[in-house]
Amino acid sequence: MASVNESLVGAGEIDGAVMNGEVAYITIEDGKRLKAEVIDVKPGGTIYLQVFEDTSWVKVSDTVEFTGMPLTAKLGPGILGSVTDGLQNPLYELGKIEPFLERGLEVASLDEKVKWHFTPCVKKGDHVTGGSVMGFVPEKIFEHKIFVPFSMPGTYTVVHIADKGDYTVADEIATIRDPGGKTIPLKMAFEWPVKTPMPFHERSVPTKPMPTGIRILDSLFPIAFGGTACNPGPFGAGKTVLQHSLAKYSEADVVIVAACGERAGEAVEVFKDFPKLEDPRTGKSLMDRTYIVGNTSSMPVAAREASVYIATTVGEYYRKQGLNVLMLADSTSRWAQALRETSGRKEEIPGPEAFPMYISTLISAFYDRAGVEILPDGKSGSLSIIGTVSPAGGNFDEPVTQATLLSTGAFWGLSRALSDARKYPAIDRLDSNSSYPSLLSEEEVLSLKALLREGKSIASNIILMGEKGITDETYIQFQKSELVDAVFLQQNSFHEVDGVTDPDRLRMMFDMVWKIVESPVNIHGKDDIRSHFNFLRQAFIDWNTIRPDEEGFEKQEHTILNLIKQGIHAQENV
Amino acid sequence: MLRKTYDHIDSIGRAILNIKAGGVHNKEIAEVIYPNGEKALAQVIALDGDEVTLQLFSGGFGVSTDCQVRFMGRPIQVGFSKDMLGRIYSGSGRPIDDGPELMADMIRVGGPSINPVKRLIPKEMIRTGVPMIDVFNTLVRSQKIPIFAKAGEPYNRLLANIATQTDADVIVIGGVGLKYDEYHYFRQRVEEAGSMSKTIMFIHTHRDSIVEGLMVPDLALAVAERFAMQGENVFVLLSDMTQWSDYLRQIANAQDQIPANQGYPGDLYSQLASRYEKAADIEGAGSVTILGVTTMDDVTHPVPDNTGYITEGQFYMKDGLLEMFGSLSRLKQQVNDRTRSDHRNIMNAMARLLSEAEERVKAQKFGSVKDDYSLRLLEYRKTFQRELMDPFRFLQLEDALDLCWEVLAKHFKKEEVGLSSGLIEEYWPEKGQFRILKDGNP
Repeated sequence: MASVNESLVGAGEIDGAVMNGEVAYITIEDGKRLKAEVIDVKPGGTIYLQVFEDTSWVKVSDTVEFTGMPLTAKLGPGILGSVTDGLQNPLYELGKIEPFLERGLEVASLDEKVKWHFTPCVKKGDHVTGGSVMGFVPEKIFEHKIFVPFSMPGTYTVVHIADKGDYTVADEIATIRDPGGKTIPLKMAFEWPVKTPMPFHERSVPTKPMPTGIRILDSLFPIAFGGTACNPGPFGAGKTVLQHSLAKYSEADVVIVAACGERAGEAVEVFKDFPKLEDPRTGKSLMDRTYIVGNTSSMPVAAREASVYIATTVGEYYRKQGLNVLMLADSTSRWAQALRETSGRKEEIPGPEAFPMYISTLISAFYDRAGVEILPDGKSGSLSIIGTVSPAGGNFDEPVTQATLLSTGAFWGLSRALSDARKYPAIDRLDSNSSYPSLLSEEEVLSLKALLREGKSIASNIILMGEKGITDETYIQFQKSELVDAVFLQQNSFHEVDGVTDPDRLRMMFDMVWKIVESPVNIHGKDDIRSHFNFLRQAFIDWNTIRPDEEGFEKQEHTILNLIKQGIHAQENV
Repeated sequence: MLRKTYDHIDSIGRAILNIKAGGVHNKEIAEVIYPNGEKALAQVIALDGDEVTLQLFSGGFGVSTDCQVRFMGRPIQVGFSKDMLGRIYSGSGRPIDDGPELMADMIRVGGPSINPVKRLIPKEMIRTGVPMIDVFNTLVRSQKIPIFAKAGEPYNRLLANIATQTDADVIVIGGVGLKYDEYHYFRQRVEEAGSMSKTIMFIHTHRDSIVEGLMVPDLALAVAERFAMQGENVFVLLSDMTQWSDYLRQIANAQDQIPANQGYPGDLYSQLASRYEKAADIEGAGSVTILGVTTMDDVTHPVPDNTGYITEGQFYMKDGLLEMFGSLSRLKQQVNDRTRSDHRNIMNAMARLLSEAEERVKAQKFGSVKDDYSLRLLEYRKTFQRELMDPFRFLQLEDALDLCWEVLAKHFKKEEVGLSSGLIEEYWPEKGQFRILKDGNP
């Protein structure tokens, strides 16, 4: 040990070789071992380490022990349903030791006492390669494939494979032999270096929309299975609520929540609420498809980066299982800030807003780990990544937002003006975009966008000239645009029914709202027009809160249809 | 144990001292011993070989190159005892009232955060009697929430009101960069409210060194957390975290750190977060609720901006009123469905109409607002400001909700407010029967 400056530690007088990225442990006076990672090797032999723990009480004479191994994630059955810190230490296990996150504690990433029912699918004498499936265990929502570790090159022969039965991740379940005759024992779990992307067997492009249950996304700004999206926004514009809705309702098989440098309370809501909620697609607890990795804002900063990479690696692993995985990274800005802190302490020449120059490269490489993969059995899996960005001052013209926009396929810009007006989700209707196909037809999307643009332009005319300054026809068009926004794009995430809209219901709602848009309104006078649309809006919102199989649904549908008719035939009634 | 002293001082800055020494621990406490025998406290903040960087609690002025430094072999600690209730301490933990020194257990300061699995989902409303809070941005036990306001707004009055009008078991006041009269005000208000016996104050005023100011939140929160672990519901008031951030900036600058935005260090977010995140409702124990003050001119300034991303909302005070837009309680959804059946809906309806009215305010500047509905919206906005936005009008939640209905009924027709027929039937007041509205019976 040569120097200490918050999470950055310098080491000198090293015996042997040191690898950039390898994990090291600092042993402090009371015998606690602090985990760290080599981030730089400087001229003169000084090694810089970022320490994943609080560095209080470290001394210059403390010893550093290098492991020769990069930071890895442990991959195997037992990840689903778990909650870990940024270094994959299960938080419930840590909580049994101490109520506070004391440093120097490490527990097994995967519970080594749990027995998994293993069914082999290879036999003695079979040839296998890295990535071959040796058998299956049931894990919560699906049949979890037990692989030969992906990192193993060449072809091997199976010497021994365990019989069908119950094993833990610490048990050996197979022995394989390489062409040189060396035998290698295998377990159900293996490690993968988190900063190395897992190679795709065969990469394909994201083209199939992933229903999220959020109408404005599924219609206007969709994300595809295997796609990427970012939602930047100032605080208070609804990022958190949006992330929670996505975690709950997206039609992914597995959801990974990387709570990176954000409020602990938000992660707590997820892992305390999800076990009580049912996943309608599996009938099981929502937690059964969820993995939460949390380095919340008051945990040691250096582990923020690790938390993002561990989440991504786990996502790639479940993609290899043939599942559609959604990873939510909240917030990538906190990760970038952690890099900025470390970069500053290393006295690197800073880029814009003191972020390191290489921030954009890291961000692009991170989103590139999302994608669709065609697996050896011809089936496919996908990893979609949705990253939140928390730009300073809510200004999108900053390095992290800009780098993210270049790397993602959909942009959901959150707007304070919309959230002030309580128009949730407060995703900017005109500035956001997506390069993925929608659940609506291309033509429908274009018409919808055109109507919203027209509505906005009429709104600015009304401000300038007053309602009296525009014609009834224009005012009706304005009311139609406002109605589409209010009843279709806006959604009450806290409402049991309105909070999630499946593709069938989305179609039904769009057809209904579009019927209103396309029907003439033969009413004169701004007050009567506004009143007509108020009734329509109210009826539609009520309809949104009723399940299609519930009593009153059809009645409410007729109420809307009648109102449409009243609008058309208003003149005749007079 | 006799500890070695060091006298190879390399440099002395406004708050930083560098000295050559061996066997020193990161974050260790040291004594700076002046030639005349007087002592001052310092803390190790960085080590590089035998070069030790210390942060001086009472500043660098008066420190001379022939001072000696003695390392104390312990980290920063603060006393903890029930006898501290009713007492006032400085940012270095010394009593500054006229009371005696106390024998107290020493506890660590700035310890690790609570394991998230030990946190409970916040679920208990705190009634403050302030309509803009109780109705529109409900405060919840264990919430961390600051008041955003320009310097000079009556934020400390509101802070003291909330703390003394609620049911906190223990109040811990952390004053950072207070003017002497503000300190005096807090003390007086707590005494007047009869709450002194459940209050501990850690006070830093402008005559004290900035390092002591930096320490105040840590001392206050360490003590608060310990009370919470013993089952108490603790309210922590921190005023003013913008000045605290400024002190952080000064120290970072003295250490030649590369500044991020507006000279603040790159870790401003993490530094603020590690304090605010001490707010928690702890399984099997009590809770810590933090009410802060963030003075500001512009919400995009780095301090309010970073704070907003950390805290669970903010109360935005402007011209002595609590604003609807800009104010937010992120935890209100946890509680406002269990107060009264109309709470959530009327809250949303009032906000939506106010937002519509704000649009008309813009249009009004062009002289284009002439229709009856728009004019009524503008009248509604005036009534709203007068009746509901005053932070010092005390109303029980139920009365405040009734007042909302009266304000709506004064200006709108039933079908204009976008509330369900069921609620309207139950709560819509008839004109002439207004109970709370000040000038309500037309």
